[in-house]
Amino acid sequence: MNGHVTATRSIRRRLIVRLLASAAILAVILFLVVQSFGRQLAQESQDNILAASVTSVLDAITVQDGALIVDIPYSAFSMLGNISDDRVFYRIEQNQVYLTGYEDLPFTTARSTKSQPAFATDHYLGEDIRLVTASRKLSLNNQPSVVRATIAQTRNGQKQTLRQISQTVLFLGIGFFAIAMVLTFYAAQSTIGPLRRLAASVSRRGPQDLRPVESPVPSEMVPLVRSLNQFIGRLKKSLSQSEEFIAEAAHRVRTPLATVRMQAEVTLRRVERDENREALREMIRAIDESSRAAGQLLDHAMVTFRTDHLLVETFDFRVLVDELVTRLRPIAELKEIDLRWQKGAPLLIKGDAILIQNAVRNLIDNAIKYSPTESSIKLTLSQDRSGAILQLMDQGIGFPDEGFELLTDRFVRGANAHDTIGSGLGLTIADDVANAHGGCLELKNNAEGVGACVIFYLPLR
Amino acid sequence: MRYLLVEDNLALAKAVLDRLSLDGHVVDHAVTLETAQDYLSTADYDLILLDIMLPDGDARTLLKSYRMAGGKTPIITITARSEVSDRVGVLDLGADDYITKPFDFSELEARCRAVIRRQGGMANNIKRFGNTQFDPLAGTLTVASQRVQLRNRELRLLEIFINSKDQLFSKSKLVDRLFSYEDDVAENAIEVYVGRLRKQLEGSDLNIVTVRGMGYRLSVS
Amino acid sequence: MRHLLFALTLGLFPTLGFSFEVDKRQLFMAEPGSQILKVISTADLDLFAGVIDVFQSRYPSVSVDYYEVGSTELVKALIEDGAQFDLAVSSAMDLQTKLANDGMALPFRSEFTTQLPDWAHWQDLVFAFTQEPAALVFSARDFDDQSVPKTRQELIEFMRSHPMQFKNRVGTYDIRSSGLGYLFATQDARTSETYWRLAEVMGNMNAQLYCCSGKMIEDVSSGKLAFAYNVLGSYAAAQITNQDDIIIVEPSDFTTLMLRSALIPKNAKQPQLAGQFIDHLLSFSLEAGKAGDFPFPTLQRDVLEQETALRPIRLGPGLMVYLDRLKRKNFLNAWENAILQKP
Repeated sequence: MNGHVTATRSIRRRLIVRLLASAAILAVILFLVVQSFGRQLAQESQDNILAASVTSVLDAITVQDGALIVDIPYSAFSMLGNISDDRVFYRIEQNQVYLTGYEDLPFTTARSTKSQPAFATDHYLGEDIRLVTASRKLSLNNQPSVVRATIAQTRNGQKQTLRQISQTVLFLGIGFFAIAMVLTFYAAQSTIGPLRRLAASVSRRGPQDLRPVESPVPSEMVPLVRSLNQFIGRLKKSLSQSEEFIAEAAHRVRTPLATVRMQAEVTLRRVERDENREALREMIRAIDESSRAAGQLLDHAMVTFRTDHLLVETFDFRVLVDELVTRLRPIAELKEIDLRWQKGAPLLIKGDAILIQNAVRNLIDNAIKYSPTESSIKLTLSQDRSGAILQLMDQGIGFPDEGFELLTDRFVRGANAHDTIGSGLGLTIADDVANAHGGCLELKNNAEGVGACVIFYLPLR
Repeated sequence: MRYLLVEDNLALAKAVLDRLSLDGHVVDHAVTLETAQDYLSTADYDLILLDIMLPDGDARTLLKSYRMAGGKTPIITITARSEVSDRVGVLDLGADDYITKPFDFSELEARCRAVIRRQGGMANNIKRFGNTQFDPLAGTLTVASQRVQLRNRELRLLEIFINSKDQLFSKSKLVDRLFSYEDDVAENAIEVYVGRLRKQLEGSDLNIVTVRGMGYRLSVS
Repeated sequence: MRHLLFALTLGLFPTLGFSFEVDKRQLFMAEPGSQILKVISTADLDLFAGVIDVFQSRYPSVSVDYYEVGSTELVKALIEDGAQFDLAVSSAMDLQTKLANDGMALPFRSEFTTQLPDWAHWQDLVFAFTQEPAALVFSARDFDDQSVPKTRQELIEFMRSHPMQFKNRVGTYDIRSSGLGYLFATQDARTSETYWRLAEVMGNMNAQLYCCSGKMIEDVSSGKLAFAYNVLGSYAAAQITNQDDIIIVEPSDFTTLMLRSALIPKNAKQPQLAGQFIDHLLSFSLEAGKAGDFPFPTLQRDVLEQETALRPIRLGPGLMVYLDRLKRKNFLNAWENAILQKP
């Protein structure tokens, strides 16, 4: 039985998708974080130079003869020129009165009174600028004077640095993502590994293999494997219970029957009166019928049960038939029936030997049963291109003209067979076994008019 | 013939014992594996009838150990299981045949005969009556140095007579012994087989005598 | 290619409505109706004419309208008057830098500009195309090749030991009126203390102050001056017909290099043409074998790697420091105190 299992999305794909999504998110976060950090650093470095520049300007302011001397050092501007090709603007004022520089240069008033430089970003002459404003208190003519210097620089160098940072970080992000992708595939593959190995090892098992799964598995799979093993255990127990039940049933039914039969035979020998003898004979016949019925029921149960998990092996069909013929010949001889069988060439087939033996035994048994004394039953084994053919021809009563198809139904016996002891399961068993192997059972009456011909066909798989 | 019957069901065992001794065989009866083991180690048998399920164990162990020790006596196991079960069954373990119970005694007898025959000729089984020799195993009659092959029912009929030489058998008794209960056979069928046997015994010192209204009897001239 | 030369040599030539002064003007005409490249420049017209000819041989459909002005007038023209020019060429590196810094220049990039070393351009705005040393020009009457001083220190000692020879016979720029002179002076002062000592000594000799190099060189050549300080060596060489009258010395303690530069003013009408002209100017330095056709010394791209005394003035915001009015006032005060001797 091949149960159809619905597959939802593959674990491996889910794992890969989720890992890649996480990697992508991380890459984006990395990009944003590093870029903002880089931006901050670049800003700081420009600011530091600006601060150094404005400090050097303020340091160069002196008071001489009651006048303010502003002697801008060359380095104050050249240091700005050294780091980038940006334009430079400046403005110096005393007590908020313009002294020198670009008069309309914007400046910032934030924190500049505490003689700590204050930074701001602004706009001048059509460009973005970064400016620093710092002030210094001096004493001039015994009056306090505040000198405020503002130095500004365009941000082209900044922007270029940022562009470079962005580019580098982008490559970094992409590189990181690419590596993450490779690692993801590898990780997904190796994570799924135990699952695949378990699946492979379980599917490699034959139909009869009911050993528990013992190979070590990752902790997440332990509950699954434990349940699987419990299931296997239950199945195993159920199977063996069924087998034991059948064996037990057979024993329990047959042993008392055997006893009764023996006793009946013994009594029959002692009894003289005809009607008593007849009664005893009836009893024995009934016992035989129950016994045979029980036997066939158990056979049939076993066959049905076993066709779900055929134990397929390669064996010589000819040897199997030969053994059966040897076994059943004494029975045939009891009725003076000649069991004719030519042991020919070996014929290898693949199938469940026990079931096939059972089926063939039932067919031969049937033939013996329905053949009159001193007749012959002929068995031939041959093969064609695709299968093995076992043919039984008897000289018995043959099959009824109607109801052929039904003969293989359970408990159906031919309309012409009601005098003979039988339960009607023999053909059913043979038919089931043939079908389980992909073959078939063919029933017909002999062309010569006497007896039946049964063809048991098994494909040479 | 010397038989060993290993069977714990006493009623069944008694029935088999009675029947076998009726046919002229000597039968030892063991109820447990242990007893069976004792018998086997002290005596030689022509055939062992072995019930598989015994109170002190599965008889397959006895079967295996007997064969491994080199025992050659043919063994027929009595089993309640059908063939569909374990193929590594009794035949592979060393039994020559098996019979499932309940069984027809004639089937048991037929199987015993077949199994012993397969073993090989045992010359000491030949019975001699005047100019006639009867080999029950081979199923042959030698009348005045002429080999006569007997058919199955003729053979069994002759055996019945020979085993109880001077006994008178009624037709109905013969029917019981010769035919299975399935066959609804009239007593007249006996006449046919007696007639056939008589034909085979032509010229022999063995004769089947008709006792009018009573039956038949074998006599040796 | 043919062009008609309209020699419009005029003296002081007030252009319509503008107030800046033009020293010379010439229109180098190509075909009638052709595009006109308007150039305002501090370079001598006579020297530059050759450069324009070569340009027009390559681009015959371009006429060049050349205005020769002083460096401060150039700035006045562009800033105060807002006059429209396509190209501004000047030797006043500080003024060029300030123009660019104040957003008066258009950016320009080309194959040539990318080949310039860092010190020869500022951003994509100002491009140097010559390197001209500030030299000492000595009269051959007073010196010969052996005795001529090679360093400023030697010069100082020479003057101190021959005061009579040099009295009233030393000359230099009046940096109050000469942009180039101011530039050279401030760079010297930045570089070495020797400058102020030299200035003082020259002041003691009652140094003659000139507004422009032409007259100064003539006076050296004629013997009126024993030497002139911080003269453009290339000018001197170009100007003097008889090379034997003067000795040009590039001081071996350090020689300041002035970089003549070009920029494209904001309101240029022909920026592409201006760019072509800039490439043309650069080609003399960057293409092999063309240096000989150039009236100015070409750029030496590896000048900084060489172990020479040559020090190019760096184009950059540093140059704006000395333009600061307070700084300038301080410097001029100090300079006047040194060079102008109060009797």
